[in-house]
Amino acid sequence: MSQPPLSPLDRPNSYIGRALPRPNLARLLQGRGQYVSDISLPRMVHVAYLRSPYAHARIVSIDAAAARAQPGVVAVVTGAELAKVCTPWVGVLSHMKSLKSAPQHAVAVERACWVGEAVAAVVAASRAEAEDAAALVDVTYEELFVVADMQAALAPGAPAIHPELGDNLAFERRIEAGEVDAAFASADAVAETEFVFGRHTGVTLEARSIVADWNAGEARLTVYQGTQAPHMMQNLIAKHLGLAEAQVRIVCKDVGGSFGVKVHVYADDMATAALAKMLRRPVKYIADRVESFLTDIHARDHRCKGRVAVAKDGSILAFEIDDVTSVGPYSVYPRTSAIEANQVIGLIGGPYATPNYRGRTRVAFTNRNVMSQYRGVGHPIACSITEGLVDLAARKIGMDPIEIRRRNLIADDAYPTQSATGMKFEALSHHAAHDKLLSMLDYPALRAEQARLRAVGVYRGIGFASFIEVTNPSAAFYGVGGARISSQDGAAVRLDAAGGLVCQTSVTEQGQGTEAMVAQIVASAVGAPLDKVRIVLGDTDNTPYGGGTWASRATGIGGEAAWRAGVALRENILKVAGIILQADPATLDIADGAVIDAGKRPRVGLDEIARIVYFRPDTLPADLQPELIATRHYAPKAYPFAFTNGVQASWLEVDARTGFIKLLDHWVVEDCGTIINSQLVDEQIRGGVAQGLGAALLEKCLYDERAQMLNANMADYLVPMAGDIPDIHVGHVVTPTAESNLGAKGAGEAGAAGAAASVANAVNDALSPFGVTISEIPLTPEIVLRALGVV
Amino acid sequence: MRVRMIVNGEPVTAEAAPRQHLADFLRETLGLTGTHIGCEHGVCGACCVRLDGAVVRGCLTYAVQADGARVETIEGISDSGEIADLQAAFTERNALQCGYCTPGMLLSAQELLSEIAAPDRETIRNHLSGNYCRCTGYHAIIDAVEATARARAEAKR
Repeated sequence: MSQPPLSPLDRPNSYIGRALPRPNLARLLQGRGQYVSDISLPRMVHVAYLRSPYAHARIVSIDAAAARAQPGVVAVVTGAELAKVCTPWVGVLSHMKSLKSAPQHAVAVERACWVGEAVAAVVAASRAEAEDAAALVDVTYEELFVVADMQAALAPGAPAIHPELGDNLAFERRIEAGEVDAAFASADAVAETEFVFGRHTGVTLEARSIVADWNAGEARLTVYQGTQAPHMMQNLIAKHLGLAEAQVRIVCKDVGGSFGVKVHVYADDMATAALAKMLRRPVKYIADRVESFLTDIHARDHRCKGRVAVAKDGSILAFEIDDVTSVGPYSVYPRTSAIEANQVIGLIGGPYATPNYRGRTRVAFTNRNVMSQYRGVGHPIACSITEGLVDLAARKIGMDPIEIRRRNLIADDAYPTQSATGMKFEALSHHAAHDKLLSMLDYPALRAEQARLRAVGVYRGIGFASFIEVTNPSAAFYGVGGARISSQDGAAVRLDAAGGLVCQTSVTEQGQGTEAMVAQIVASAVGAPLDKVRIVLGDTDNTPYGGGTWASRATGIGGEAAWRAGVALRENILKVAGIILQADPATLDIADGAVIDAGKRPRVGLDEIARIVYFRPDTLPADLQPELIATRHYAPKAYPFAFTNGVQASWLEVDARTGFIKLLDHWVVEDCGTIINSQLVDEQIRGGVAQGLGAALLEKCLYDERAQMLNANMADYLVPMAGDIPDIHVGHVVTPTAESNLGAKGAGEAGAAGAAASVANAVNDALSPFGVTISEIPLTPEIVLRALGVV
Repeated sequence: MRVRMIVNGEPVTAEAAPRQHLADFLRETLGLTGTHIGCEHGVCGACCVRLDGAVVRGCLTYAVQADGARVETIEGISDSGEIADLQAAFTERNALQCGYCTPGMLLSAQELLSEIAAPDRETIRNHLSGNYCRCTGYHAIIDAVEATARARAEAKR
């Protein structure tokens, strides 16, 4: 893959591609950011939610008299009372035909369906007083049957959590492509296994947080929320509180981590907004850590049988999978709990030119916490299954894992093409990525070291994982399913009176560096110094309409809108400059904050143009009305998604006596198209890898047979700490998308997509002398020791 | 209960309930919101503050325990300029994303740098293993701390 010839991006003093520090970091480094938990408003009260201790129980009665009498208590509100202010929702999308769910209330009415579902809200002057009073709310429960896991949910005759739905099967999809049975019949070897994936959760360091402020005088609700999608939340809060959208403003300042956790509608958030309206004052809710574990969306939790057919020459002939996942009692609103399974079945086999594929996935309701999209959405599962099967096939025929991939990855000159499952690929670079990876690590040396150490009882392994990543989603993701989730974004760029630029954008910042990305693009498109650009985002009153930041879309979509707006503003400025300078605008450009002529000489500064336009319009021709603001929007249309690709490698050591795994090194090569800020891309990759490493080795929400979560705290749910993971080496191949001017695709989930797969393959590589294969994550010491027969 | 302490060099007298932890006291009573709350059970390190010179978990320390003590928060050690070079290194290396762990991370890193002049990467990783960061994968943080250690060692020569 070579860079395209000089493009419109190659501008004088362009900031595109440069590893510049993010602006505005000082406030975060000094502890002077403004997260929602930092916000305090006059007359603000705090809500604590009383939560069901049972996974499934009828609420027989609620006696709140003692709680109401407590000092500081403003209100105790039951689900039935709140339902008069906030209507329930159903998390389905019309394009996912078989998906079903039941109405979910902001606070449970009559029945609680998982441990942690709120059954009453207690509002008081302080959170401590609210929690004190909540302890005195007397709820009488009648325990009901519990659907504890996916096997129980789908067992014949299993009771349905929602009887009106008939059964616990939330969603099912099958894919059949090519001649699967014939491929297996003709194979030289067939490998199969059952993959098991633990239930994970996002563990954002700042918990979900919201301050909702109803101003009765304005009849308007201002919601301060750490969210990835302000306009979506505006729409849905308005809809369920019976307000016009114009009556709801979402303000999103600093957000302490999201990773998909903060893109969903949570019952607590809707309840808090409803309470603000009900009580006519600001209400604050911050989830505590236990509440985060019990109510933040969970993800993964799949069991998948997989088979692969392979020929002696290494050709992979077919993949076949049968996947089941257990979601909670409701499909999450509005993005549903079926997208992950849908991605799994759609992405399996994606990097390979294998035409034969049979897949089935089933999504089962259970009485566990709800599940929905979390960083990578299905990718880590699909990648682990695919890459696990590829390694199994290689082992069956005695082929090196690099070699089997080389023989089956889609050729770099085969694009545009599509996968067996129908995923459309504009241009990928699997082989170039493999070449780059092998240039970053010394594969023969690692194999030699492995052999040398095995002789002394030290077991090291290397594992590879090729992956594809869905980025820049079009309306095919949600819009066509009837959800008011925008797939387009907007940017408005204006020249202010002092010669600086202000860009209002609908994409949002949760730490990825959105502000830096947009600023670099705007500065480059207009021709201004970077420090003259200010970014405004995260406020539905002050930004164009758009989707926000999720599904690795902010740069590819929001960045493109900013580029187009910047180019349009430059043209507007040059039109005025042409008159001021008595020159043809086509001979002029803008560089470093000044209009330059064909000889690249600075002729007039942007500050001077602003001065003339804003303060001395009388000196301009009567028929010229300059427009020093330009707004542009962008939505991808040519492809449903801009796929990216890459490959990861993990080098690690397994202690065969203790089962502990030590990660020694990790490499990633990915191709996100045009890179706006190489440091920020690398850090997205590294952060995603770290989450994938947590999934591979540490993280699992443990449930018992009563669907009680057993490790809902950070001492027992393990996340990667600095000492747990190695340095992560990142390399790039650059294949821009031709659909946009920027050519940028997303990079937010590539790290998460392939990390666990490469670790699992490395562990199995390390353990190959023992003749065992493990296909379950997290790879805890117990799982390793069981596989080795030690315990 | 009435407590008196020196917070960021300033004498403070205020009421603190016996059950109120120091992080809540700093945030809610004094408005010093740079001390963050992550888990409130001593694992994540977001609430790290200095108490009489030692880095402690603000969530595992009652406000009344700080009676008579000297407390320093991220705001204080930012304004004093004590960690300006470390903050600059974090900026340069993008060693923070959402920034929520950053105040605690900076306090822990500064504690290490004041104890060991030239820590290697493994020492830095181990020392920061009580501070959870979900965003960065730690690599950039280790880079920034290592670079600061080198620069300080260089400056001392």
